[in-house]
Amino acid sequence: MIQQTIGSAETPGTSRSGRFPKINPVFFVLAALLVAITLSNPNFVEPPGYMNFLKRAAPLAILAAGQIYVIVSGGFDLSVGSLITLTVVGSSMLLNNNADATWWVIPVMYAVGLAVGVINGLVVSFLRVPSLIATLGMMITLNGAAFMWSSGSPRGYLPETFRFFGRVNIQGIPLIQFLPVALLVLLSVGICLFWLMHRTNLGRMLHAIGDNPRAAQMSGVPLERVRITAFVVSSLSAVTAGILLGGFAGVSTDVGVGYELQAITACVIGGAQLLGGRGSVPASIAGALTLTAIFTLLNFIGLPKPVRDVVQGVILIVAVVLATYRRNRAGGT
Amino acid sequence: MKRLLTAALSAALIASTAQAQQLNFDDPAEFARQRELLTAKANGPDGEPWAQHYGDQMADTAKFKKEGPYTICFSNAGVNNAWRVTGWTNMQAEVKLHPEIKELIHVDAEGSDDKQISDIDDLINGGKCSALIVSPNTTAALTPAVEKACAKLPVIVFDRGVNTKCPVTFIHPVGGYGFGIQAGEFVAANAPAGANVLMLRIVPGVDVLETRASAAKHIFKEKGLNVIGEEFTEGDNAKTKSIVEDYLQRGTIDAVWMDAGATAVAALEAFEDSGLPLPVITGEDQQDFLMKWKAEGFKAIAPTYPTYQWRTPIIAAVNVLKGEPVPGPEWVMPQPAITAETLDQYVNDKMPPLHHAMCGCEKLPDYPAAWGGQ
Repeated sequence: MIQQTIGSAETPGTSRSGRFPKINPVFFVLAALLVAITLSNPNFVEPPGYMNFLKRAAPLAILAAGQIYVIVSGGFDLSVGSLITLTVVGSSMLLNNNADATWWVIPVMYAVGLAVGVINGLVVSFLRVPSLIATLGMMITLNGAAFMWSSGSPRGYLPETFRFFGRVNIQGIPLIQFLPVALLVLLSVGICLFWLMHRTNLGRMLHAIGDNPRAAQMSGVPLERVRITAFVVSSLSAVTAGILLGGFAGVSTDVGVGYELQAITACVIGGAQLLGGRGSVPASIAGALTLTAIFTLLNFIGLPKPVRDVVQGVILIVAVVLATYRRNRAGGT
Repeated sequence: MKRLLTAALSAALIASTAQAQQLNFDDPAEFARQRELLTAKANGPDGEPWAQHYGDQMADTAKFKKEGPYTICFSNAGVNNAWRVTGWTNMQAEVKLHPEIKELIHVDAEGSDDKQISDIDDLINGGKCSALIVSPNTTAALTPAVEKACAKLPVIVFDRGVNTKCPVTFIHPVGGYGFGIQAGEFVAANAPAGANVLMLRIVPGVDVLETRASAAKHIFKEKGLNVIGEEFTEGDNAKTKSIVEDYLQRGTIDAVWMDAGATAVAALEAFEDSGLPLPVITGEDQQDFLMKWKAEGFKAIAPTYPTYQWRTPIIAAVNVLKGEPVPGPEWVMPQPAITAETLDQYVNDKMPPLHHAMCGCEKLPDYPAAWGGQ
């Protein structure tokens, strides 16, 4: 049962030899958007163009790569946006303009993320609160905590040592001129999460739980433990995204607002099934890049803001409709 | 019945849009008046702009006279940005200067119209308030609530306005046009002819911000500057930096005009990270911007919407309750801009980066600790 689920979720179509292996359409959408961006702004093919794009997309991509763990297991994590805010605000409060404190502040923030993930997981697994509600509660709590901590205005600031990850470009690289540290972070987190989801037993169990929790449990999957792990992965990715965002632009008290929905949207554009059982890390990262590409393209075209919002909304709906259509067809055959 | 309901609903909708259209953010008369006020001489004690006012019109408050001690109630739109945090700290410190105030009851609407409307209701019904201070979240939505409060007790409005003349006085600095004029004229004078100007704004629909933008656009048009874009940043550094980076890829930006300078440093970083010279920029009196300005020496101006105005409602409330006249129906106070010449007076590396320098708080109790300074 489990093996079969995995086979169909991971590489649909490979069992039918002779056909083309199905490539996730999100990669085509992304390619088309990148071409469109290049046409509207030829500078995009220069390193500063695409490197800035990747640097800016990195936090959302990391967030989506974490969120997909929860989505595949059949839940949502709405608390990531507020965890980003808490990371940025909390770091600035703890650092208090002292550059030497970076080495311990970052682990502390990861510890906070770990705690948030474990609590989310425990509440969902043992108290049987739907993940939507549990993480919504967590979102409100964390927003409140960030606000209480800073009373609306963080007293500290982020020193250059902290901002290294989100802001600095390593100069003097042949061919590409420079390499943003944020991109390196994205690559390492992406590879790590890809391996964990698609090459280990944990990934198989996640898919199994999302597909049919009861069946998974009866075949010996430790439901609670796997779910908690999924929430922990999501929370830790949110802390990472927060460190990058804080590094990119400094302290804002509402830096994380809306990121939870963007991350979920990115996963759906990447073909994840919202009720669980299907989804992949590379496709979610591609979904995040697609989302960022939509924002960038509309910026480059230079439409007025209200028109842009309308177009953006329509594109999102169409992208999700396409993803759903493809999935239904794949499931039907 | 259904049809009737539909008709009523559409009528209500039309009425509400009509109301929205009444808010005029491009008023030449007001533009001219505020331009004059920027250079006018204010009445009141020297060096205490929060106690100063323009004009001679006073509101008679004899009917509100009451024996102390007083309970002052304050319905606050929110403490949701650094400007409001500095202001709120000012107000609490000002209360300590007035022994006749027994208590300041503060209710935070957290940026929600609905919550503020019910907050005001609760405060009136609680019956403890001697006077009510309101800093409205949005203009149109809060008008009826303020009118309701006026029937019960003396009301003082400050910061953003409401569409009614019922409060005893409406306290504010010169205003949005003034801010837009100071910033716009600086850009026009310092950027090359026909320069590309990027306009960065927080959100649409707030009167004091809309008028800043309309005044600046007016000036840019007059001086033949080229506005290459008008973008909303929602006050978010990351969004601001992304927007500026995108515009930099499309072409040159000679000047950045901002309707509020909280994200000015992020805008400047976009130039730095792209390896470009810093533009002519308009910021605000936030310390991080002032420090960067001093360190890098780019061409800039910091118009202010001074946070010292948070002291004035307390002063006004005490005067009203003592039956002493106060400037009214509007109490307009000075609105200075920080320039390269006066920059050094306001830069203070002992204060937190998000502190607003034009706070008039240096002599208040617990300064600088209460403001997070060292």
